[in-house]
Amino acid sequence: MRSLPETTRRTLPLPGWSLAWFAAAWLAVCLPGTPARADEAMAQRTRACTVCHGEQGRAGPDGYYPRLAGKPAGYLFHQLQHFRDGRRHYGLMNRLLQPLSDDYLMRIAQHFADQQVPYPPPLPLSATERSAAAAGEALALRGDAARGLPACTACHGATLTGVLPATPGLLGLPRDYLSAQLGAWRAGQRRAHAPDCMAEIAQKLTLPDIHALSLWLSAQPAPVPARPAAQLKAEPPLRCGSVLATR
Amino acid sequence: MNRPPLRVPEPPFPRPSATRRLLPMLAVMIMALLWLTFYGDIDLSSLNKPVTPEVPVERLGRPLDDSDSLTPVERGAYLARAGNCAYCHTAPGGAPYAGGRAVATPFGDVYAGNLTPERKTGIGGWSADDFWHAMHEGRSRDGRLLYPAFPYPAFTGIRREDSDALFAYLMQLRPVEQANRAHTLRWPYSTQAALRVWQWLYFSPAPWSPEPQRSAEWNRGAYLVQTLAHCGSCHTPRNRFGAANDDRRFAGALMPDGLWHAPSLRSIDEAGVQQWSAEDVARLLRSGRAPRGSAQGPMAEVVLHSTQHFSDVDLVAMGQYLKSLSVLPATDEAVALAPRAPDTRLMQSGAAIYERHCADCHGKQGEGLPGAFPALAGQRSVLMENSHNLLQSLLYGGYGPSTRTAPLPHGMPPFMLTLNDIESAAVLTYIRNAWGNVAPEVTPLDVQRQRDAAIR
Repeated sequence: MRSLPETTRRTLPLPGWSLAWFAAAWLAVCLPGTPARADEAMAQRTRACTVCHGEQGRAGPDGYYPRLAGKPAGYLFHQLQHFRDGRRHYGLMNRLLQPLSDDYLMRIAQHFADQQVPYPPPLPLSATERSAAAAGEALALRGDAARGLPACTACHGATLTGVLPATPGLLGLPRDYLSAQLGAWRAGQRRAHAPDCMAEIAQKLTLPDIHALSLWLSAQPAPVPARPAAQLKAEPPLRCGSVLATR
Repeated sequence: MNRPPLRVPEPPFPRPSATRRLLPMLAVMIMALLWLTFYGDIDLSSLNKPVTPEVPVERLGRPLDDSDSLTPVERGAYLARAGNCAYCHTAPGGAPYAGGRAVATPFGDVYAGNLTPERKTGIGGWSADDFWHAMHEGRSRDGRLLYPAFPYPAFTGIRREDSDALFAYLMQLRPVEQANRAHTLRWPYSTQAALRVWQWLYFSPAPWSPEPQRSAEWNRGAYLVQTLAHCGSCHTPRNRFGAANDDRRFAGALMPDGLWHAPSLRSIDEAGVQQWSAEDVARLLRSGRAPRGSAQGPMAEVVLHSTQHFSDVDLVAMGQYLKSLSVLPATDEAVALAPRAPDTRLMQSGAAIYERHCADCHGKQGEGLPGAFPALAGQRSVLMENSHNLLQSLLYGGYGPSTRTAPLPHGMPPFMLTLNDIESAAVLTYIRNAWGNVAPEVTPLDVQRQRDAAIR
């Protein structure tokens, strides 16, 4: 039997194990299903969002744009739909989302819900603001039974970090954003699925209430970790369409 | 204390009253009518009469969808998407086909009507004949003339059987009681008399006629583009009374909202596809993107709501037809306005802004990131003389459409609140003149005009 000449042997294909390594490396790089890769791809697709809402949707309390990171996906999805369909009003958001499908909006919502990034410390209150905020603390933690106002914690969770699947956390948000949203709810400009529990509450709030709540909420540090609660400990005081819609 | 009396500054020129401004226009319209009646070789009595379309069906090849076994309702559903009816006839976030979206025109807003089969507020009391009269003649069931914001100048050419299929589809929708909103048009455009004059001057119901020397495929594409898909409603320039300029069909026009420029389909420097393959045209209309261009703004919505649902056969047929459109020579005006070298300071500050805000996605050399962010070097939507679309994209950002074949498009953030007018002008002038690009400067005034137009 003739043996192969030396030169030919050197150019034989790579041994099997190195091919396997190569294939494994190639798969790791190219498989779109890998969670890290998928997240990276979504980060690239949502650059249009993060320019204003901060990297990974981590916007801090020093601007206007709300934080998106770690909010319940159901809540984010509803807001994206409302913006696209003209039920929530902010011109730039309304236009940006026009050509996007429900499926894609859900992917975007889930992407930001999955981002776990630490909260920056809240902006400090001045002495006068602190005294105004005291009324906000009372409303947020205890409500006002005489006026039929439940505490914020009754629906948004004991730590105010939201409740799955569709109730948002209220911490880490800019003061101006909070007061603009409460004002919009009160004026009927911001709405949710019927029965619209938040509208019902906001219409009972006075302007000083909104001021006090915005001050107090924006000054609260978020607990670590600041995840939404899996469920409420007690029955919520109101029936909320946005929560029912996700069941 | 003596204060000077408060004075309201007067505008530099006294504005003529509304009546005085309209008089010359009315005079022209009346004279035009008289001239047409007595000297024009148009027989007015023949206008506005239904013409029975006689399109030889065999010239159109097979039915509009691949499947021959469609029921009239299924066929109507397909045609309704082809005509993008639901887009205007659905208020944002409202019940489908129940009407209520405002169509902005230079004459005021026209609100699309309720097309659901509801008797009081919809078209529940209509017959297929009534529907045909609306599509073919621009005339409502009660005899009122309809505003051409409803694109009957294009729909007039559709085949009767297609009109009937559309009607059958609409009649089985869920009836929704929703009263039509009154149009908010200015006088005299708000009157039936004005519409009557308009129809006399600019519209006569006519069947679509095929070109027998062309292939069945080409004719099918032409039929779709010219009638149901009503591409000319945006892409054909209009005169000051909103009538299509047929000599410059598909030659590009400012959209009626004044924000976007529907690029010319007859110029290879704008959106002409004469040098594309018909398959690439189909790809753009199906997915919103193609190797040499992508759909943005209003076209992204057309792809989303309408063209992505066309069958492949129909899309390629439309591509064949669009490819065959003759190229219009550039106007003398465009030659005279050949770009000067842009201001050096503007270019320098533009380069710095580009580096800071744009280069991450679009690349240091404007090369883009394939499959994600478009290249800006050599991109004709960047180089197009008209800068409306570029400004819209910069100020408002935008996503491509989520389509079945490209469900997760990439997007661009709005820069309206990040860049001021001077910075916006600088960065756009830079991308129009860097990396071998050559195109006219964008001025801060251009930016300001676009911001103003959006507020109006």
